[in-house]
Amino acid sequence: MGDIAVRVDHLSKRYRIGHREPYRALRDTLTNAIYAPFRHIGSASRRSRSRSDSSDASIWALNDVGFDIRRGEVVGVIGRNGAGKSTLLKILSRITWPTSGRVEIHGRVGSLLEVGTGFHPELTGRENIYLNGAILGMKRREVARKFDEIVAFAEVEQFIDTPVKRFSSGMYMRLAFAVAAHLEPEILLVDEVLAVGDAAFQKKCLGKMGAVAHQGRTVIFVSHNIGAIKSLCHKGILLEQGVCTRMGPIAELADIYLGTGDVTESSPVLAVKDECRIRGSGAVRIERITIEDDSGQLRNSFAVWEPLRLSLELSVQVERTTASCWILFSGRDDQVILSTFQYDAMDPVEMTRGTHRCAARLDVNVLVPGMYAVSAGVFGRYGEIYEWVDKVGSLIIEPRMHLGKDFDNRLGLTTIVASWKADAS
Amino acid sequence: MSTIARSDRETSADEIVIQPSSGWMPVNLREVWNYRELLYFLTWRDVKVRYKQTVIGAAWAIIQPFFTMVVFSVFFGHLAKVPSDGIPYPIFVYCALLPWQLFAHALAESSNSIVGSQHLITKVYFPRLVVPIAAVCGGLMDFAIGFLVLLGMMAFYGILPGLAVLTLPLFVLFAVVTALAVGLWLAALNVQYRDVRYTLAFLAQFWLFATPVAYPSSLIPEAWRALYGLNPMAGVVEGFRWALLGKAEGPGALLAVSVAAVVLILISGLYYFARMENTFADLV
Repeated sequence: MGDIAVRVDHLSKRYRIGHREPYRALRDTLTNAIYAPFRHIGSASRRSRSRSDSSDASIWALNDVGFDIRRGEVVGVIGRNGAGKSTLLKILSRITWPTSGRVEIHGRVGSLLEVGTGFHPELTGRENIYLNGAILGMKRREVARKFDEIVAFAEVEQFIDTPVKRFSSGMYMRLAFAVAAHLEPEILLVDEVLAVGDAAFQKKCLGKMGAVAHQGRTVIFVSHNIGAIKSLCHKGILLEQGVCTRMGPIAELADIYLGTGDVTESSPVLAVKDECRIRGSGAVRIERITIEDDSGQLRNSFAVWEPLRLSLELSVQVERTTASCWILFSGRDDQVILSTFQYDAMDPVEMTRGTHRCAARLDVNVLVPGMYAVSAGVFGRYGEIYEWVDKVGSLIIEPRMHLGKDFDNRLGLTTIVASWKADAS
Repeated sequence: MSTIARSDRETSADEIVIQPSSGWMPVNLREVWNYRELLYFLTWRDVKVRYKQTVIGAAWAIIQPFFTMVVFSVFFGHLAKVPSDGIPYPIFVYCALLPWQLFAHALAESSNSIVGSQHLITKVYFPRLVVPIAAVCGGLMDFAIGFLVLLGMMAFYGILPGLAVLTLPLFVLFAVVTALAVGLWLAALNVQYRDVRYTLAFLAQFWLFATPVAYPSSLIPEAWRALYGLNPMAGVVEGFRWALLGKAEGPGALLAVSVAAVVLILISGLYYFARMENTFADLV
């Protein structure tokens, strides 16, 4: 028991969908209060319906999650968007409260859910270091002691007395991370903060995180950057839809997550299994399909209208040929909802023996929320089928719109923004 | 070996259990004390940022009460001939405007503080109570600047305060605590019901006229005066006049009622805040 740093026991967190609305108006609560005494007069059927409505209007961001983390362990939490990673970290950091279950934490916790929290643009670099340090839970004396180190790490010596609104975004992020990196808790919780700055600075940050991990501190690390997780952590937790599905050595879990293991269903990297190859001469084979977002990050769940890119990794089995690809998305009932063909956009491409890449960017993804099976294929010059791989994996469209809004349960298998005109009276 | 022993000792002191909470929580003031440096930095930030890109900076702290005083003196003092307990009307009203504006500012800031600190609350843990307290403290700087003008006016009118002036810090504290007490309620309510924001301006205006700023509380019939103390700001304002301007009678019964009212609002506010605190990050 003495060497347990974090113990998570049957932890669940429910969000009411209603809570995601920005706020309630006092008026609603007052009218509810006024009508409450009369509610029991309503018919039984209406009552039962409203009860089922309220249970529908909630999602379990975490569902009965449990694990132990021993002191000194460096654990990576992986899972796709919406799997509950951030919720888990927010509960461990005491920002939000669980609906049920229990967490025990033995040790001083420092959490970095974001770098630069509380930075004020009008304040100078020096002032922001002290302010941010205090927000992260550092004592003023502690900040003063590390001040020079922080400034040197951020490489902003000559601008330290300039308001940070005049900083370049790179300098700003470097300074923000530098403060955070000098936090010295016994248990460190980190969320995605390494996605800042240029490549050189990212490397420096990774190095710093590695150093922290080697000092025998307990680190819990959430990231989409599997490379970073693999290089820092030795143990991993895989979350899928709020459930902790696996825990074990990080290399194993990373493979599963990336789709080379057995949980192909929920991965942005879809390796083509032989049983998926349903037709084709095999002159060109599709080996792998990867799904990524606009910034090149591997993901397989997107919002409605969010641009996404699918890349097909082709291996040409003959000396020279001409190929043109297509991709299909099918919904439930195996009905194809959406298709896209390379020959609409460009002429077939000459390819020689070896590996090639062919990518399609869906500028506007018109699919409504749901799970779609991805199929793909390759045509030869005259439309002969070289390869057809069926339902290699799935693409998930989340119930929200690109750039913010929630999905409004509209009808239709696809939805588009048309150009509308109307006569105003 | 020694480092392990040390960390073992530290961890025994830093044990945290996170469990679902519902209903009334104890108010953890000790934790707020542990975070006093954050309180200091947040207050300092508020003060620093407020005047950073203004042309005349801290002069704003003087202009506001000063011109309100001029307007009140002309309309209420000169034209409407509102009595002022024998004290020159301008200093009579300025002496009340100072604590009033301290209160009004602190109330507005603290009511909006939790919603305004959304970016902190959804990203970092700290006792949430720090936020409204820091917001309330931020107004003290303006008060101090405005107070210098009051000293000048007292010299001009040749008013020398008696020993009662020693109680002045208590009345300043009382104004701040009153703002905090009401502010805690409004800050927590504001997270869930944004109606609060729209109510505030109206509330402040209404409250100003319910407080003896432009008129003396002696206008209120004797029998009702203690009850008038249910508005704690009446106690504060009368206390200021008594401490600084040497008004003969102290606020007495009125003040006692005011203190009782504030203690009640403060304690209930603290508990309500503690109860809602855990939901802030999800709702804000």
